[in-house]
Amino acid sequence: MEPVLTSGARIGERPRPKKNYLNETKGFKSWALTVDHKRIGIMYLVGTLSAFLLGGIFALLVRLTLLTPQHKLFGLQVTAETYNRFFTLHGAIMVFLFIIPSIPGSLTNFVLPLMLGAKDVAFPRLNLASLYLWIVGAIMAIASMIIGAVDTGWTFYTPYSTTTSGTVTLMTAAVFVLGFSSIFTGLNFVATVHKLRAPGMGWFDMPLFVWGMYSTAVIQVLATPVLGITLVLLMLERVFQIGIFDSRIGGDPVLFQHFFWFYSHPAVYIMILPGMAIISELIPTFSRKTIFGYRAIAYSSVSLALLSFIVWGHHMFVAGQSQLAVVIFSALTFLVAIPSGVKVFNWLTTMYQGNISLETPMLYAISFLMLFAIGGLTGIFLGTLSTDVHLTDTYFVVAHFHYVMMGSTVTAFIGGLHYWWPKMTGRMPSEKWGRIAAVLWFIGFNATFLPQFILGSRGMPRRYYNYLDQFQPLHAFSTVGSWIIGLSLFMTAAYLLASLRKPMDAPDNPWGGTTMEWQTSSPPITHNFEDQPVLEHEPYDYRPKAVTH
Amino acid sequence: MSTTTTDVQSHGGHGEPDNPHHQHHFATMEQQFDTSKLGMWLFLATEILLFGGLFVGFGLMQSRYPREFIEAHEHLKQDVFGRPFPLYGAINTIVLLVSSWTMVMGVNAAQTDQKKKTVRYLVLTILLACVFLGIKYVEYSHKFHDGLLPGMFYAHQSEDLIKGTHGYATFFAFYFMMTGLHGIHVLVGIGLLSWLVVRARRGEFSSEYYTPVDLVGLYWHIVDMIWIYLFPLYYLIS
Amino acid sequence: MPPQGSEFAKEIDFVYMALFWLSVVLFLMIAVPACYFAWRYRYKPGRVTPHQTHNTTLEVLWSVGPLILCIGIFFWGLNGWMKYAVAPGEAMEISVTAKQWLWQFEYPDGSRTINDIHVPVNKPVKFTMTSEDVLHDFFVPDMRVKHDIIPGRYTQIWFTPTVLGPHNFTCAEYCGKDHSGMKGMLTVDNDADFAKWMETGGTEWESYFDGSDPKKTPADWGKITYERVGCNSCHTVDGTKSKGPSWKGVYGSMVELNNGTSVLADEAYIKESIMYPQAKIVKGFDPIMPSFQGLLKPNQFDGLVAYVESLK
Repeated sequence: MEPVLTSGARIGERPRPKKNYLNETKGFKSWALTVDHKRIGIMYLVGTLSAFLLGGIFALLVRLTLLTPQHKLFGLQVTAETYNRFFTLHGAIMVFLFIIPSIPGSLTNFVLPLMLGAKDVAFPRLNLASLYLWIVGAIMAIASMIIGAVDTGWTFYTPYSTTTSGTVTLMTAAVFVLGFSSIFTGLNFVATVHKLRAPGMGWFDMPLFVWGMYSTAVIQVLATPVLGITLVLLMLERVFQIGIFDSRIGGDPVLFQHFFWFYSHPAVYIMILPGMAIISELIPTFSRKTIFGYRAIAYSSVSLALLSFIVWGHHMFVAGQSQLAVVIFSALTFLVAIPSGVKVFNWLTTMYQGNISLETPMLYAISFLMLFAIGGLTGIFLGTLSTDVHLTDTYFVVAHFHYVMMGSTVTAFIGGLHYWWPKMTGRMPSEKWGRIAAVLWFIGFNATFLPQFILGSRGMPRRYYNYLDQFQPLHAFSTVGSWIIGLSLFMTAAYLLASLRKPMDAPDNPWGGTTMEWQTSSPPITHNFEDQPVLEHEPYDYRPKAVTH
Repeated sequence: MSTTTTDVQSHGGHGEPDNPHHQHHFATMEQQFDTSKLGMWLFLATEILLFGGLFVGFGLMQSRYPREFIEAHEHLKQDVFGRPFPLYGAINTIVLLVSSWTMVMGVNAAQTDQKKKTVRYLVLTILLACVFLGIKYVEYSHKFHDGLLPGMFYAHQSEDLIKGTHGYATFFAFYFMMTGLHGIHVLVGIGLLSWLVVRARRGEFSSEYYTPVDLVGLYWHIVDMIWIYLFPLYYLIS
Repeated sequence: MPPQGSEFAKEIDFVYMALFWLSVVLFLMIAVPACYFAWRYRYKPGRVTPHQTHNTTLEVLWSVGPLILCIGIFFWGLNGWMKYAVAPGEAMEISVTAKQWLWQFEYPDGSRTINDIHVPVNKPVKFTMTSEDVLHDFFVPDMRVKHDIIPGRYTQIWFTPTVLGPHNFTCAEYCGKDHSGMKGMLTVDNDADFAKWMETGGTEWESYFDGSDPKKTPADWGKITYERVGCNSCHTVDGTKSKGPSWKGVYGSMVELNNGTSVLADEAYIKESIMYPQAKIVKGFDPIMPSFQGLLKPNQFDGLVAYVESLK
């Protein structure tokens, strides 16, 4: 199966259908009231990438403010209050408007039914409702930024969040709405995977992307309601002073942290599992070799989902928990490291003796391996009790979570976006610019965040507007790194959008993938498949066959 | 790496005699029904977790203020033949249990093509739900009268030292939050049931298609079940 | 890592460096094969790849191996934590009250200080902490200790300082506007200097009052005090109105009070304002200044007066 490295002829393939999901119906209503998972996925893509842009602008503002200890931004003086809002909004937008909804809402929505040989997700109207809830939540969040401001940090710790002025209640309500968007998406995917697989496709015949997304969906369904009730309690505390989190009226601030992290730790697995799911597709495809350890990867996804629920206290080692709780959480945290390691070793072994080409998606996949390794290994420093005391609440933690959330999840997201771009749009993006941007991304990301480990270990606390002079060189270096990231992303956006002006000539299967989405046209017809596909081979089978299609 | 197609399953389910409710991404009505049911169970799991957080919070606050919580429970009892007894709570429990029964009867009637009976049982369920809300209204007005309001509105006058503390007020904050959230779910249930009545009267349900009745039934049972946990927690502990 | 200031520091740094080198090795074990394979097995048309689906031995090895490693690291971390968690009985107890955005310390003998604390070397010291408002966190990087400070509760931290000299500390739990300004200096003294500190506020101030250095005047000491104990969060020195009146040009002027009378702003007025701020409120300002009675040493009072006087 030759990969097509440039947009090429469709020799031996079906003729391209004239009508596809993009052009079959036209007009605003056909998109606004669609129940087609592919269109919903595209709308989610546009929405979440816009949120990424907004969150990214706040990130650049944060880093610009920290460039020098004088805090001047284009000649204007940034006050501490403004800075506190910058980092709060950066965190809240990125976590709730981008990272959690992006891969499930966009790529998964588009690809999952195709991979299962289904016509749509289980509940198409619920899918549209999820999208609308995201839009409403996004409007509420942006409104809260314009009407007032939030300066509590994305974690909303009490009692500061229950007593500070600002539009905390509105932002909290926005997150509540976004939570329901997430719950409905998860619910939809669980039902889809259980019930809409093609004939012949048992659980262990599914692509690993599906296993990863299924595990994510389980977490979305079980964890997010707890966030919901936590936010309701926070709002009630703020508005009616019910006395649950504020010590002055009989409440317990540490209780808020327990409630909050009970969701937010599983939430970070909602963020990473989709990224890992994408990598499980990219590596076998671009190595042209069957995935090594299919079952181990599948089981590791599910075990990560389950284990993620019992380690939340590792965010609170110095927050005032009991000693027993601290010890138990640290022990369990080490346990949760193992399944991630298993995946990485399996991916590497897949590459061994493969037939590897380095197109843009594969460059992002290899970046993922290295950046996730750093992110995961630095987690060990934080799970180890004695070192965590020194490192928690410093830039070390900031660097750690950016390596896993951004260096891993976003890297995988960009890789997946390129991988499925031909399927979604019918065009092949520029390979040359893709590779340049991928290299810039890797360099820029490390330049921004590697110094932050050093800053943290040297005692620079997080959420700090001022810093000791000795930290200035590292901060400056990190800020320059953020500009390289910005450049890379700008380039990526530019050449992806430019590809839309090319003619729709991508082949059905440009990369030689073995999963079902490549059996239909690029872009697919509205009903996905002409005839119901039936699975007839094991997943990721690259052995040569007598018949290729 | 080839896939073959099967004629029977082509175009997803035209092998099914055309049921107007058949959604075409499902191969068969049975698959559609099974999937819908799975979806509703998943949603109910989220409801349990939503309330679960409040139960956990209540439990933690109770261990923080044990005496105040036990004393505060007394306000939820009424004087029955000279002794304190959770009359309103008990009546409400019976009301909801009966409504679960009428709901089951309604689902059964829909499954067996008995349109009039379906409507009758659904209406009965709605009436019982309204009785529940009515009794809750009476309970709430007694509390307001006594100043036992949530949070900053708490204005209970009492010489007893315990009754002025945070713990007492927190109990009532939780009482209103949990019964209030439950009450909202009952109200939503009334709305769903009313919508079912409209559709049932139009003859939309039969043994071929009774999914909405079944799913709302599941929802109603969970609403009842949550009350079964609320009742002893608030009304029976002393 | 920062300089090692306590007994904990050596041990924690050792664990940190061990984890660091372990991470380097493990990272290379991932990165090197990834890059090497990408090159060694680069695409050749027509090449058939082996169908390797699993290898039970290998998979068990790389699950159990890391698990054993993780268990080992867990116990190592736990060991350090156990020492950190329980203060020895003979530790000197200092109570800490954190509030937005300064630190109040109180010694066993009742003397109090703000943002500036001295402890004797080689003796364990225990901090019992609470907050007056929101969450804070006491973080002394050189000592490798950190713990949250919670309103309505007491939390504890302890260490044995081993290195003389200044060690900065800082708030490490976001607490609002001036979170990054909420810091202070912990100075480790030998026994003699520590005793002097307890009596008179230490030795640092002396060089500002003995005239030995023309660049160190009492007014300079006042300026340092102004910044250290948090006067600057409410009073400016350039004339701008803030929560409190600016000090510029105040000394020797007539100040109008909110009861209509006027009073001369002399040394007595300034000292009274610091000790009993509610006694005289300047017109146009709220009575929100907290009292610093018992919190400042005489040398600090004198320094502040000299500083205000210098701000013409």
